[in-house]
Amino acid sequence: MHKLLTDSPGTKMLLLGNEAIARGAMEAGVAFATCYPGTPSSEIPEQFFNISKETDLYFEYSTNEKVAMEVAAGAAVSGLRTIVTMKHVGLNVAADPLMTLAYTGVNAGMVIINADDPSLFSSQNEQDNRFYARLSGLPMLEPTNVQEMKDVTVHAFELSEALKLPVIIRTTTRLAHIRGPVVLDEMKPRKRAGYFEKNPFHFVTVPAVSRKLHGLLLERDEKAKEMAKDFPYNEVIGDGKWGVVANGVSVNYVKDAVSDLGIADRVRILKLGMTWPLNKTYIADFLRSVEKVLVVEELEPVLENDLKVIAQENGITVPIEGKGVGRLSRLYEYDPRMVREAVAAYFGIDYTSTPPVDVSDLPELPARPPNLCPGCPHRATYYAVKQVYGNVDSIRPTDIGCYTLGLLPPISMADFVICMGSSVSSGCGFATATDQKVVSFIGDSTFFHSGITGLINAVHNNHKFTLVILDNGTTAMTGHQPHPGMDASPMGFDWPQISVEDVVRGCGVKDVHVVKPFNLKKTIEAVRAAYEYDGISVIISKEICPLFAKSIGKARKGRPFTVDQEKCKNHRDCLNLLACPAMFLDGEQVQIDKNLCIGCSVCAQVCPENAIKPLK
Amino acid sequence: MDTTRIICVGVGGQGNLLASNLLGQTALRLGIPVVVSEIHGMAQRGGVVESAVLMGDVTSPIVSDGECDILLSFEPVETARLLARCNKDSLVITNVQPLPPFTVSVGQGTYPSVDELLEKFRTKVRKMITLRGNQIAEDVGNPLSLNMVMLGALIGSGATPIGEEAMKETISTMTKKAFLESNLKAFEMGVGEAKKQAD
Ligand code: SF4
Ligand code: SF4
Repeated sequence: MHKLLTDSPGTKMLLLGNEAIARGAMEAGVAFATCYPGTPSSEIPEQFFNISKETDLYFEYSTNEKVAMEVAAGAAVSGLRTIVTMKHVGLNVAADPLMTLAYTGVNAGMVIINADDPSLFSSQNEQDNRFYARLSGLPMLEPTNVQEMKDVTVHAFELSEALKLPVIIRTTTRLAHIRGPVVLDEMKPRKRAGYFEKNPFHFVTVPAVSRKLHGLLLERDEKAKEMAKDFPYNEVIGDGKWGVVANGVSVNYVKDAVSDLGIADRVRILKLGMTWPLNKTYIADFLRSVEKVLVVEELEPVLENDLKVIAQENGITVPIEGKGVGRLSRLYEYDPRMVREAVAAYFGIDYTSTPPVDVSDLPELPARPPNLCPGCPHRATYYAVKQVYGNVDSIRPTDIGCYTLGLLPPISMADFVICMGSSVSSGCGFATATDQKVVSFIGDSTFFHSGITGLINAVHNNHKFTLVILDNGTTAMTGHQPHPGMDASPMGFDWPQISVEDVVRGCGVKDVHVVKPFNLKKTIEAVRAAYEYDGISVIISKEICPLFAKSIGKARKGRPFTVDQEKCKNHRDCLNLLACPAMFLDGEQVQIDKNLCIGCSVCAQVCPENAIKPLK
Repeated sequence: MDTTRIICVGVGGQGNLLASNLLGQTALRLGIPVVVSEIHGMAQRGGVVESAVLMGDVTSPIVSDGECDILLSFEPVETARLLARCNKDSLVITNVQPLPPFTVSVGQGTYPSVDELLEKFRTKVRKMITLRGNQIAEDVGNPLSLNMVMLGALIGSGATPIGEEAMKETISTMTKKAFLESNLKAFEMGVGEAKKQAD
């Protein structure tokens, strides 16, 4: 049985923040879950995926966040408790349905999990999604530790039902990926059969209907403000004349700072668990109770500005500061030391941190960037494309996935990426705006996510470039989740598999080449043909991700390769052009680590001396 | 209760996340307040993997510069990379066997001399425990048990509130049965090494 199905209230488990959210949803009787995976949110749907094999919980990996939001909306207006999960940039994709779903509202609890990524551990930007709550008018809850990740999730379903509005839970990487003890509660039964009561004058958002619905949203917002006053995860901690306001993970830094500095008797902490909407009376009362306020929030000064407005409206003149105190800035995530120093500085406490050891005399350390795995088919495809495009003035837009690592030398095949699907559409722009040749790269999951629309655009508007679809049969980057184009049978599902090739042809592409990248010669031939083609051409490079293959018990049985030192002329083409991480320099000789090599044979094809052979 | 802030660092594939998770599980069972913080992401693609285990009266899930009590490092260059998290009273437990990053294999960087690194580390922190971790793992017949060796050294150092027996119990219930014997052996070897190097 899945550990999150443990039905013994009171049990303590060490859970990952994301697991705690999934557990909270199970305790709340969630019946319907959708997502598009994205770090740091990916482990939440992973739990639902596994749980759905053992229970009647409906779960799907949708093609993108917008689709996930819309599928979830259908279930939630039909009366099912529903959850949809995504990372912060995913909410940009889903922003369109979100904004109008706020108008129609829902008929059962609907929780939207949004995972922000301050410091960009694995993202293309560090946007602060608290603005989405303000933009959409939906309530936003922010847990501060693993126990609350679970408890707040349960509460979010209740709140959502009380308001008939979707509720957003915002986490950050540090909360999503911490493990801490969680005390389990009872599981509510799941209501799996929904029914949609038709009401076109509420659910069909033509202007006349929406004009009325916008008013309804404002009424619900008022009600939410009232409820914010007694929201159990809003809390005033301690008593004193100095005030600190914090949300999310920062609450922990503040609590530790106050106790480390020995000023617990002088500080009142306002922990905001509901960061939208704000109950102005509740906050004004807090502001009146202190002489000075420090706001500790990562990223944008959202609460800081709100507090200043509330103070002004209430004629409260306490100083309120946040950004700019000590090292508190709009950039990156905070850490305990930084918060402790800011608290000490702001309230005039004499304090010096333990100095870190001096590392200035250590030698320069070699970088350890992540790299495409040994035998990753992307490396082979990039190598092949480079044989054709290497010496021409060309632009290579890429996309979001493992293959983004193709930006590193010696592959160096990435010139532009802004978001999922952007390689195809920006390719249209580059091809039209310049005389340069354009070759774009996109993964299979990303192609289904939002590459298709760009491809249709390319065909319809007659853009001329080559699109390479790196089809490794999974969503590799986020941990090998399924997608519509994969063969799901090894995972025990008989889902229909949608052929990338059929889709590409269906979009109207005439010049389509399907290749096996480990066959370099044929792949290079196909790339050359595509290069010559006057129009949009697509190369589908098909080879399973070896890490995924291993996890489903389908690893290649190929023998590892080895360098025949007699034949090797040591010009190092293999290392300089391909750079598979299984290769290393032993003194002056290139060698292959037999424990890392998966026997893909690509290096053997690259070696002009025929010096690389399978190990006997 | 005193706080112990441990940072556990390694390279994708070395198993340091499992080590920090086992520590967390043991603390939970012993009723010690604990938070474990992990950075996943591109771990499997050969990058640095870092986690933090905080025990005692502390709620912040991460460890700032100068505030690490114990640095448990699976790779010498990674020890150097994170040394600024330590202060003069810290304990550093490090594997001394290098796993050169790919940048070095292709000649884009040089791997510093491990002996020189170790010598420098020694002058900066209160105490160091050094292990030929991969060798020990190989000797017990399970090259993948480096994480058990390191965990053993951590527990053997006596610097955490967790005892040997409690840790072994977690290993016995939470690691693969097929490797149990070699895992426990590796753990014990780690404990022994740490004890040998005790003050
Ligand atoms: S996980 Fe798969 S797709 Fe990603 S780099 Fe490794 S082999 Fe390539
Ligand atoms: S065969 Fe060559 S390219 Fe393929 S994994 Fe082995 S060393 Fe790397």
